[in-house]
Amino acid sequence: MVGLMAVAVIIAVLPLLLILGTLVAKGASSLNLAFFTELPVPAGETGGGVMHAIVGTLMIVGTACLIGLPLGIGGGIYCAEYPGSRLATLTRFVSDVLNGTPSIVVGVFAWTWIVASQKHFSALAGSVALAILMIPMVTRTTEEMIKLVPHTLREAALALGYSRWRTSLTVVVRTTLPGIVTGSLLAVARVAGETAPLLFTALGSQYLSFNLDQPMAALPLVVFTYATGPYEEWHQLAWATALVLILVVLVLSIAARFATRRKFTQNG
Amino acid sequence: MAEATVRIATERLSAMYGKVTAVKDVTLGFATNRVHALIGPSGCGKSTFLRSLNRMHELTPGGWITGRVLLDGRDVYSSKVNPMQLRRRVGMVFQKPTPFPTMSIFDNVAAGLRVGEKRSRSEIAETVEQALQGAALWDEVKDRLKMSALALSGGQQQRLCVARTIAPKPEVVLLDEPTASLDPQGTQRIEELLFTLKQEFTIIIVTHNMQQAARVSDTTTFFYLGGMVETGATRQLFTSPAREETEAYITGRFG
Repeated sequence: MVGLMAVAVIIAVLPLLLILGTLVAKGASSLNLAFFTELPVPAGETGGGVMHAIVGTLMIVGTACLIGLPLGIGGGIYCAEYPGSRLATLTRFVSDVLNGTPSIVVGVFAWTWIVASQKHFSALAGSVALAILMIPMVTRTTEEMIKLVPHTLREAALALGYSRWRTSLTVVVRTTLPGIVTGSLLAVARVAGETAPLLFTALGSQYLSFNLDQPMAALPLVVFTYATGPYEEWHQLAWATALVLILVVLVLSIAARFATRRKFTQNG
Repeated sequence: MAEATVRIATERLSAMYGKVTAVKDVTLGFATNRVHALIGPSGCGKSTFLRSLNRMHELTPGGWITGRVLLDGRDVYSSKVNPMQLRRRVGMVFQKPTPFPTMSIFDNVAAGLRVGEKRSRSEIAETVEQALQGAALWDEVKDRLKMSALALSGGQQQRLCVARTIAPKPEVVLLDEPTASLDPQGTQRIEELLFTLKQEFTIIIVTHNMQQAARVSDTTTFFYLGGMVETGATRQLFTSPAREETEAYITGRFG
């Protein structure tokens, strides 16, 4: 039985190791400082980098966080505070449906409502699409995390004369903050790699841009463009960019670990 | 024992969960600066009764009451009373120690001082020290006030909760089986505490443990099946109970 489980664990972990291994093997050789600090060069020339896409991903995902995290966390707190209310039931149902919606459908939605009506592609449309993907994930994890806080803690605060919302924010949410941050980061990591919703919203670009109202490059889009392109150098760049994308997600997770490290240790 | 004024009293108080009645028609007064024990078997309604006194009962889904609860002669269920303000005057300590895990020892005790009336920083620091001394915890924690409250032992955590409850200087302190999760030593510390606390507060303690009631309380009330069976001076209730059910319970024949 233990042997079987060990085999299952190995099979489960194997894809991750293979992906990381392949990325490092094929992409690491193209990584150098220029790759992070320079813009792409025309096809046929060697060198250049993907700084525009790193900046673009940070901007698009950052804006998506500004839109999605407050809404998602707020929704989760509401669902946990008023679990039996109709609005909470509805929110839960909609979140579950939205969680299962293919990301390309969300992209088409953002295209219809923002890109088509504005008549041009924009990074903001991409951020909105990613925010729509984040909200249900964050809402559900926030609610689940808050539900783990013992009822006795809530009662203790209420018995001190705390109002319901003060109890919720200063005791319950505060206690579960590391969990909420972790859930939010999982959502960020998940959407940082989304390609489909960006294809018809942020579109991609060869230039460094800080204008959210204009098309913008993003790491997944660069991977897509280079990987499907006709040149061997491009394929190399695609591997390297994919590796960078993974590294960005990894850095985000590690940063979150540091940010939410317990203020106190259990034993003082 | 001289007659003391009644601090908190109930008049025909019944407490319900939805359609189920947990406390039936209890009229009872609690004198100032005394320790009052509520005893009775599990499910007899003593905890629900206690939670009705500071309006915690109504926070349970389906919880509602009929009758009146009078604090200094005024009905706490009147529409003019803000339950949050009431709970600052009638504090509560729970069965399990409930320190706020993200707060330091100091901040835990200060938690109740940061709501309600504004207090200065130095005033808060002073009150925290008094409360910790009042809870007989100051000497053990004075050098590590900034440390997590979770670093304390269970018994210390419960005394921290007592300090947190008495810091805003309530008039009445309710204790819901405060020693149920403590070891004998922790239990003894809490019991000793009650003797000093009663000089300042009116104390009502729910307990499963009859020896505890006999040791710490001045008056005892016996609850059974949601109703009050008998109330009186502790010594009298334990030595010569008026009712047969009381005698059966305290001699261990049921419950």
